[in-house]
Amino acid sequence: MTKFMRSLLTLHARVLSAAVAAAAIVLTIATFAAQAPAPAAPYTVFSRSARQPLAVRTVSGQEMFALDDLARLFTLTVREDALAGGLTISVNNQTIVLTAQQPLASVAGRMISLPAAPVYESHTWLVPVDFVSRALAPILGSPLELRKPSRLILVGDVRMPRIAGRVEVLGNLTRVTLDVAPATPHAVTQEGARLLVRFEADALDAQLPTPPAPPTGADVVQAIRPGDQPTTIVFDLGPRFGSFRTADQPAPGGVTRIVIDLVAQTDTAATPGTAAPALPPATETPPLLELPPPGGLRTIVIDPGHGGDENGARGEKGTLEKNVTLSVARRLKGTLEGRLGVRVLLTRDGDQTLPLDQRAAVANNNKADLFISLHANASVRSGLSGAEVFYLNLAEYGDEAQRVAHGGAESLPVLGGGSREIEVILWEMAQARYIDQSAAFARTVEAALRERIPMSRRAIQQAPFRVLGGANMPAILVEMGFLTNPQQEQQLVTDEYQSGIVQALVDGIVRFRGASAAGTR
Amino acid sequence: MNARAAAIAGILLVALTGGLVLFVGLPRWYGPKPEASAAASALATPAAQQPPAAARKITATLFYVSDDGMQLIGTQREVPFAATVPEQARAIVAAQIESSAPLVSAIPAETKIRDVFVTERGDAFVDLSAEVSTKHTGGSLDEIFTVYTIVNALTVNLPAITRVQILIDGKEADTLAGHVDLRHPLAKSLEWVAHDTQ
Repeated sequence: MTKFMRSLLTLHARVLSAAVAAAAIVLTIATFAAQAPAPAAPYTVFSRSARQPLAVRTVSGQEMFALDDLARLFTLTVREDALAGGLTISVNNQTIVLTAQQPLASVAGRMISLPAAPVYESHTWLVPVDFVSRALAPILGSPLELRKPSRLILVGDVRMPRIAGRVEVLGNLTRVTLDVAPATPHAVTQEGARLLVRFEADALDAQLPTPPAPPTGADVVQAIRPGDQPTTIVFDLGPRFGSFRTADQPAPGGVTRIVIDLVAQTDTAATPGTAAPALPPATETPPLLELPPPGGLRTIVIDPGHGGDENGARGEKGTLEKNVTLSVARRLKGTLEGRLGVRVLLTRDGDQTLPLDQRAAVANNNKADLFISLHANASVRSGLSGAEVFYLNLAEYGDEAQRVAHGGAESLPVLGGGSREIEVILWEMAQARYIDQSAAFARTVEAALRERIPMSRRAIQQAPFRVLGGANMPAILVEMGFLTNPQQEQQLVTDEYQSGIVQALVDGIVRFRGASAAGTR
Repeated sequence: MNARAAAIAGILLVALTGGLVLFVGLPRWYGPKPEASAAASALATPAAQQPPAAARKITATLFYVSDDGMQLIGTQREVPFAATVPEQARAIVAAQIESSAPLVSAIPAETKIRDVFVTERGDAFVDLSAEVSTKHTGGSLDEIFTVYTIVNALTVNLPAITRVQILIDGKEADTLAGHVDLRHPLAKSLEWVAHDTQ
């Protein structure tokens, strides 16, 4: 028993140290390669367990790998057919047939083109580097990715996001933008005179920008460089650095854009008069206003449930759900705009019938950061009362939605060989990848409502609600109370009860924004 | 040629017997009084020669809204026996709609069944009249109960049915009352059912 555990621990420690060592070396190599892209620099073959160099030879301007090297790395069987002047390469019971003097290959019976024909030189066959992505990747049976710019070959399930950075100086503000592909969880923290960006990955494939020369930017950030850990990037902060803020913006193609704004100290007593004329006056820094506030909350879409022909639930005294929801939505809009300065849109601002798809579409088209659908409840049991908060139940949407929710990018073969990592997402399942955030938002709002209005016994629930499924942002549905309960029907139309709900929702949004902002730092 | 025809006939016979056991035998054996002779006769005699269906019953688990309105309660009820899965499914849905005071069904009492059919994949389509939507209370929890009363009544009682899609007036519907997504067949979910039943 103890022996088994000890061996397990040893194994664990060994794997860990090997991984750390491999990752550290790769970052060094990747950085080196990025800085000095010498034409004949070797590629690095990187897998979870090992890292190996792969020599490159240049033949008539074409970069090539020795087939022997590839055979050793990927356990390929290479047979030479001297009579036909061809090569047969087998792996996984599949074959690649190459013909000398022809820039073509047959990969498992399918023809692909290569930038050059295989070459026989110094007792070995050489193939163009694209052979790896076009011929080998489709039949290898495990992920294989060729990254020519950073001279990397990734084998298997390796998390090595590509990071491209740039720096802009906007008056008082130095903005560093890091495009991370594929999207990778990360955290930005300040440690003394350094800002650390940590990624949840095995290694980084980073092209880091150089901060502009003084006096424009370097007094705020002096250098942006790989950190001591293989998965961190370090900003060396300058003497004028005041504060920073960060926001994530999802960009097309599964890329996350991390925007880090470094704000200079505005009144530096150290440089009175001298540097002041060189810097634009503080009033000329409008970009500050365009920035997403901490937590990235700019637009909120409120959906007053039902409307037009659809009355929704009806109370005994004739109170209609569609009117209650619109009334609360209008109040909520006013309060949110006034208190938070965010843009608030209503899916309907009148008594019109609106299909459920269009409600989520209003939020998606306006790139809303939050979607809140307001409803009033009804039950065959008139005693039932209290508010409830719902978020989407993915289980009803099958395995596909579950895969999307857990950050699944799909590796799809592309024409001409090789594969591309893309995020395939069905529009009606847009909510899937926000499900964790929606759950957190629902919990926050539920807690805020509980402080002001009576809650149902099932105050927080998951259900396959149609209006939430297509929302491409954290989304919840709030049932404010039961119209079929005579006492609640009376409450739901009063100013007092409605403003209680509005206050609670505003509190919930503010707390959720605070928690998200803390999460990204 | 004759040998081949005999072989095909043999295979057909085996398939037919298998089908009968799966779709007729099993539901009946899990019924209230699984008398061996009755089950055997169901297998041996064609449906046409069976005693009038009205006389025969199966016990099914039906679902009703609990007293506090917060969940569904499963209850054993007798439902007319039907020879085929779609007919049995229809009988179960009909029993769910029927008034059975003091129990309260989540399906509006005015609802009529237009059709019930079952695909080879085990997806049942329950086509209901518009009242299921127009006479609904409009509450989201009630809507969940209405949908899962039908989904669970069929999937719990008929192993041949794995998923259920509700149609309204013969057409696919977005929702019954503006909440629960009905565009896909839904699988059994006992999340809304009280734990002491089922």
